[in-house]
Amino acid sequence: MSSPESSPYKDSEASPHEETRKTEWPLWEVFIRGQHGLSHRHVGSLHAPDAEMAIKNARDVYTRRNEGVSIWVVEAVHIAASSPEEKGSLYEPSNDKVYRHPTFFDIPDEVGAM
Amino acid sequence: MSDPLFEFCCRMGDNTLVLGHRVSEWCGVAPVLEEDIALANTALDLIGQTQLWLGLAGEVEGKGRDADKLAFHRDVWDFRNVLLAEQPNGDFGQTMMRQFLFDSWHLMYLKALMSSSHEQVAAIAEKSVKEVTYHLERSTDTVIGLGDGTTESHERMQKALDRLYSFVGEMFIDDEVDAAMVEAGIAPDPSSLRAEYDAQLDAVLAEATLTKPEDDFAHKGGKTGVRHTEHLGHMLTQMQWLQRAYPDATW
Repeated sequence: MSSPESSPYKDSEASPHEETRKTEWPLWEVFIRGQHGLSHRHVGSLHAPDAEMAIKNARDVYTRRNEGVSIWVVEAVHIAASSPEEKGSLYEPSNDKVYRHPTFFDIPDEVGAM
Repeated sequence: MSDPLFEFCCRMGDNTLVLGHRVSEWCGVAPVLEEDIALANTALDLIGQTQLWLGLAGEVEGKGRDADKLAFHRDVWDFRNVLLAEQPNGDFGQTMMRQFLFDSWHLMYLKALMSSSHEQVAAIAEKSVKEVTYHLERSTDTVIGLGDGTTESHERMQKALDRLYSFVGEMFIDDEVDAAMVEAGIAPDPSSLRAEYDAQLDAVLAEATLTKPEDDFAHKGGKTGVRHTEHLGHMLTQMQWLQRAYPDATW
């Protein structure tokens, strides 16, 4: 683990609009699979010097009440995200295609979570 | 000497109480938020273990004192924690070095206690081992990270080790309480754990590029209560002030 005072991280923050502060640990996004969850869910973010410490910090920050059985962390800078301005072209075309939404089926209770 | 089992339980419970309180002093002022939360978690684990150990001590004593009474209504000379636990936090590096030196001993000792002949002792040890395994993992990583870190972090960790190493020896001194525990099959001789402890310490220090002081002098007097360092009394005035000012106050 490096001291936060002296780590020369260049691409540590995912915020594109400002220079990353040189003294800051990288930002990590945390995903946790809960006790009965089927997939990992994004729960929040934190700072850590490396992946191993990010998992340890995630354990302390996000699983204090027995929430999780599995933790993923990924450095925020490595996440590619769609832009909010593209909302129209990306999502609206599906609005008038109701047949794409499987809302016409009755799902038996025995099937459980899908 | 009072009942050796009572003494033994007080030693275990006072270690976790005093160190737990020390660690809790970081709450809200740790260098980064993530460490702040992690330290608070550690403190809470230790205080939880205290309730079990001092609760058992009270039962063994049979004079109606519960864990709270023992924690808040005793004065310095009644405390049986090792001197290492009461040492001040210093900087973050010193706190983590203290934690590492204690955690290593704590985990070894607790693992041995899991096969104790005393059912409650074994049960408390089993619960604690899970928590302390994580404490040790975390403090070991931090000692290595900061020791093998920048020039400044390395210097601070070396200074912390130099300052605290003379408090390591006390954890491995056998006395008549330990002898009675060995006799009853309740706990191992502390000295029997020294070789394993040293091997682990050397391995971690090597990875952390830190140098163990050559002088093996060991301060003692904490676990017997004969001679605590001046720091414990100051700590208790903070920890116990409410019960001292308003005896038996409740929520």
